[in-house]
Amino acid sequence: MDLIAINLLDGLVTGLLLFLLSSGLTLIFSMMGVLNFAHASFYMLGAYFAYQISRYVGFWPGLILAPPLVGVLGALVERYGLRRVHQYGHVPELIFTFGLALLIEEIVQFFWGKNIVPYNEPELLTFTLFSIGGNAVPAYKVFMIFISMGIFLSLLYVLTRTRVGMIIQAALSYPRTVEALGHNVPLVFMGVFGVGTALAGVAGVIAGPVLGTFPGMAYLLGSIVFVTIVIGGLGSLWGALVASLLIGWLTTFAASYNFEFATLLGALGLERPVDLSDSYLADLWTLTLPQIGPILPYLLMVLILVFRPYGLFGKRDV
Amino acid sequence: MTDAIQKTATVTRAPRLTLQTVLPWLLGIAFLGLMPFIFDSNSAITIMNQMMITIVFALSYNMLLGQGGMLSFGHAVYMGVGGFFCMHIMNMVETRELPLPLPLLPVFGGLFGLGLATIIGSFSTRKAGTVFAMISLGIGELIAACSVIIVVFFGGEEGISGDRTYGLPVFGIEFLRQVEVYYVLAFWTVLSALLMYLFSRTPVGRMANAVRDNPERAEFLGYSARWVRYFSFCNAGFFAGVAGGLFAINYEILTEGNLNLAQSGVILLVTFLGGVGFFFGPILGALVFTMLQTVMSLQTELWQLYLGAMFVATVMFFPGGLAGVLMMHVPAIRLGKLGRLVVPYAKTLIPAAIAILGAIILLELTFHTRHAVAGDTTVRLFWTDLNSHSLGPWIAGLAMLLGGFLLARRSVPELTAAWHDANTPEGGRA
Repeated sequence: MDLIAINLLDGLVTGLLLFLLSSGLTLIFSMMGVLNFAHASFYMLGAYFAYQISRYVGFWPGLILAPPLVGVLGALVERYGLRRVHQYGHVPELIFTFGLALLIEEIVQFFWGKNIVPYNEPELLTFTLFSIGGNAVPAYKVFMIFISMGIFLSLLYVLTRTRVGMIIQAALSYPRTVEALGHNVPLVFMGVFGVGTALAGVAGVIAGPVLGTFPGMAYLLGSIVFVTIVIGGLGSLWGALVASLLIGWLTTFAASYNFEFATLLGALGLERPVDLSDSYLADLWTLTLPQIGPILPYLLMVLILVFRPYGLFGKRDV
Repeated sequence: MTDAIQKTATVTRAPRLTLQTVLPWLLGIAFLGLMPFIFDSNSAITIMNQMMITIVFALSYNMLLGQGGMLSFGHAVYMGVGGFFCMHIMNMVETRELPLPLPLLPVFGGLFGLGLATIIGSFSTRKAGTVFAMISLGIGELIAACSVIIVVFFGGEEGISGDRTYGLPVFGIEFLRQVEVYYVLAFWTVLSALLMYLFSRTPVGRMANAVRDNPERAEFLGYSARWVRYFSFCNAGFFAGVAGGLFAINYEILTEGNLNLAQSGVILLVTFLGGVGFFFGPILGALVFTMLQTVMSLQTELWQLYLGAMFVATVMFFPGGLAGVLMMHVPAIRLGKLGRLVVPYAKTLIPAAIAILGAIILLELTFHTRHAVAGDTTVRLFWTDLNSHSLGPWIAGLAMLLGGFLLARRSVPELTAAWHDANTPEGGRA
């Protein structure tokens, strides 16, 4: 029971972190129809910017300053890069963001080197808040949950209850009509791109101390974020939330239960070969759940794309 | 009526073999045959071998991206799986005395690549565009991750290795020397390139272009866009597998690195740099990329940064790639006015090159001051030693960057005017 509780909590942290990334990505996609491959790179930039700021003035100013910086950078990328490539079509756009992801990784290595940088959580939050069955829950984890929840709620509020949110929603479905009504749709696009990347920046700032701040962090999370929004349904904010939590819990639970496939094979009435080294099925007998945990999201995505291409909550085909 | 039908029939008949269509291939074969005599050092042959493998792989990738309009983020999987099978066959030849001569190995690589592509393609080619890209990414990550789990086949972290020299000698050749491998690779490169070119001229290959440009219209003409894509996809898988077989012969080892997203990204980069719009684009890309990789990685630690910047610049400003830029000049050549472009080009490109050089100097100096060991102050750049702790090189770099940029920008209008002039027939209006 304790194990389940602690896994639920860990999965929630991972899931909400994924949601910070996937919410921005899915918003950007539903606006511009382009999957931003470099989204996780902005997450990485958030972590590095916060690290650089925290070296001079501490963690909290970094938390406040780094996301807007990332957002401005994102908006510039949209204005001077993506808008230019847009005329060539969607595939070049995707290639552009892919190239951008490569370039950002190289730029980060250029400035901060290839090794992990010492970016730590603030001392204020290093204590243990409570413990479940002997497993300590650090306060920072709970802080991460609160930040992500807060951002989700404010995003929901802005999108559904404010004038800006109404214009964004309208621009999603009828960009031309909104333009005809006198709104500057390209500016809205740029703003959404900026806010989306800033959200990724927030994720980077709060995840950097836990998951480590190194040039490979974008790559590690990048494809999972794609998987998340594809499973949730492209363009659906609720879908992104559900899929993020699903993947968060799926990977956490798979990593902590050491279920052996030999048990399953045994239950099916198969006999374990005496000498495994000679058998072609040796891997099947030694396979454990934590081993296949990391590939479960990809498996899920391929299945979703094959059987339900619009995702769990999406209304339209990818 | 019959006359009209006969007329269209003659018009649409496939073009006959002319010297013009055959000449590039003959030149290519002669070139490949003579290269080892010109550059006979082992390192040069190693580079050329790598180029040929990349050419086959890039051409197969362009079957998807350039000719079929399918952006794949997991094409390395087909090359990798083909290569892994080839490695296993190579080992079986050694341990079980399978009577298979080494030069035939790429066929098996191709067949296994084809087999995998027929399975994956059956559901991934239903849509082009983003869905296809996402499925290819998912499958790519899935199989790359499997390589650590299925140790029997993929060999885990250290991969699968073998020895090509233990097989049957072919006409007394045991493939001990690099140059013997070179000719095997050259044979397969020419054959695969020719087959891929011929495929692009078949009705299916032509329909692939139609489906890329307008799937809806192709469907109205009675073609199933999905089947057309599926054919292209399977063919691309086959030739990726051939490239994997060539890789296995040349390097005698395959690891997880041959399957992952990074490898798939590299081939996207190569193909796009070369140009997806023309058949020879990927060949050009493979040659240039391999050269750059070998030369730059020896000179500087920052080569991947330059490469990334080059890639992004290509996507933004020259979506046709290198081949596109070259082919832009064809009308001017036809009009016989290419000469008029030389001076404006020199006026723009030389300052631009100086600006880029200045940027490189600044980048290298910055990188050096940030990451070098304390006390080490010399940066070796273009056969000159620069002191990163004195002000001189910094000022020089900055001056080159700004001066070159301003000069290049000033002559851009002149270049544009000259460009219009060179592309207008004599007496026509610009």
